[in-house]
Amino acid sequence: MKYTEDHEWLRVEGDLVVVGITEHAATQLGDVVFVELPEVEAMVARGDEVVVIESVKAASDILAPVDGEIVEVNDALVDTPRLVNDDPLGAAWFFKIRVDDLSVMDDFMDEDEYEEMIA
Amino acid sequence: MTEDIPLRHLALNDLHLALGARLVPFAGYAMPVQYRAGVMQEHLHTRAAAGLFDVSHMGQVILWPKAGMDRLALGFEALVPVDVAGLRAGRQRYGLFTDTRGGILDDLMVANCDTHFLVVVNAACKAADLAHMRAHLSAVAEVTEVTDRALLALQGPLAEAALARLLPDVARMRFMDVTTQVWQGQEIWVSRSGYSGEDGFELSLPETHAQAFAGALLAMPEVAPAGLGARDSLRLEAGLCLYGHDIDTTTSPVEAGLGWAIQPVRRAGGARAGGFPGADRILRELADGPSRLRVGLRPEGRAPMREGTVLFHGETPVGTVTSGGFGPSVAAPIAMGYVPGALARPGTVLQGEVRSRRLPVAVSVLPFRPAAFKR
Repeated sequence: MKYTEDHEWLRVEGDLVVVGITEHAATQLGDVVFVELPEVEAMVARGDEVVVIESVKAASDILAPVDGEIVEVNDALVDTPRLVNDDPLGAAWFFKIRVDDLSVMDDFMDEDEYEEMIA
Repeated sequence: MTEDIPLRHLALNDLHLALGARLVPFAGYAMPVQYRAGVMQEHLHTRAAAGLFDVSHMGQVILWPKAGMDRLALGFEALVPVDVAGLRAGRQRYGLFTDTRGGILDDLMVANCDTHFLVVVNAACKAADLAHMRAHLSAVAEVTEVTDRALLALQGPLAEAALARLLPDVARMRFMDVTTQVWQGQEIWVSRSGYSGEDGFELSLPETHAQAFAGALLAMPEVAPAGLGARDSLRLEAGLCLYGHDIDTTTSPVEAGLGWAIQPVRRAGGARAGGFPGADRILRELADGPSRLRVGLRPEGRAPMREGTVLFHGETPVGTVTSGGFGPSVAAPIAMGYVPGALARPGTVLQGEVRSRRLPVAVSVLPFRPAAFKR
């Protein structure tokens, strides 16, 4: 598992990268009540706003961590947004993105580095 | 609020931190926006049992009469479109400071405490309200800000049961009654009121005893701490205005749907009709209807429509959301905003622009959830 400075976790699955948000991020957001996911087959660039998450309090975005094509989204989050709070590292993955070159993963923090960042 | 003004801490700051509060700046104070349970649970607990809120940032102002309570009441009526002279001792009423153009300077609670009036105002407006009262009431009142008292709100259907263990007499109070109770030798000013749409109480007590009193309440199984986040979602479901958002100097009381706060005696034909700032406009709007109205809004999808969302009718922008979010008890997004009178009928479908997309939103009756006051 790798981590971004925007509190996303990234997990490699074949040639895909699965993206979710960390427990720390889910706690900070509070009770999630709405999730808007990107279109499947959308081509996105690193830094694009691809997901909208709304908690009771406020709206926030998830940015695409890498360039690539969205190949799958987790529709369960649309019906059950609270999965983001209940199981951020598991059931609440947001989307899977196909990247050209997985070496881009080297850009991101490992768990120790992430824990240090949020400490 | 500029960044370099240090935040003021509430008297109960240590208790908030011990309860896991997340503190945010609000009107110059470090305020608990939520505790460990989170906004959703705090909201639902308040609707089901009792939530304890620290609202000590709000302004508490005593008006001591210089020439009798009657003259003070009439003097105060020159600032508000409200029947104050008819407010009996031991009763409280919602009111508004209006300006000469009929806008709203602040909303407030005024209580007749027999020997004086107690006025509770919004934190962000406190300094301006004090200046306003001192400028206009000096002949009839000594205006004294209360600076050594905390203000707690205990809200919810079990608030009475919990509070009556400490202050048995509160069980006899009805909605908008005010009394003074004594706890551990200290005066506690109690009103049966609040801003959640639930039955409940507001309690003004010496800061020195606030922690012990709050601790005694929080030790009861019914009572859980609740922060500003839950206070906001509760009042939104109850259709209550938040000053600086739903009402301000650009909105009149009639546009805001607060005509109910203007008693007949202050309206055209009443014994003390008018005589408050902006009376021409406000009385005209009461008679003829305002050009726009605050309405409830129910987004038809799941996406919340936050403050600032522009409302469209066809291709025409017709209004703006002034408060919006998710209603935990309604279990859906809810909002309030202003629309032209012709579009204010419940069921009218408008479009709200969220992230560059126009989404359907229906005008709805307020409140979203009926109030549960003990009348």
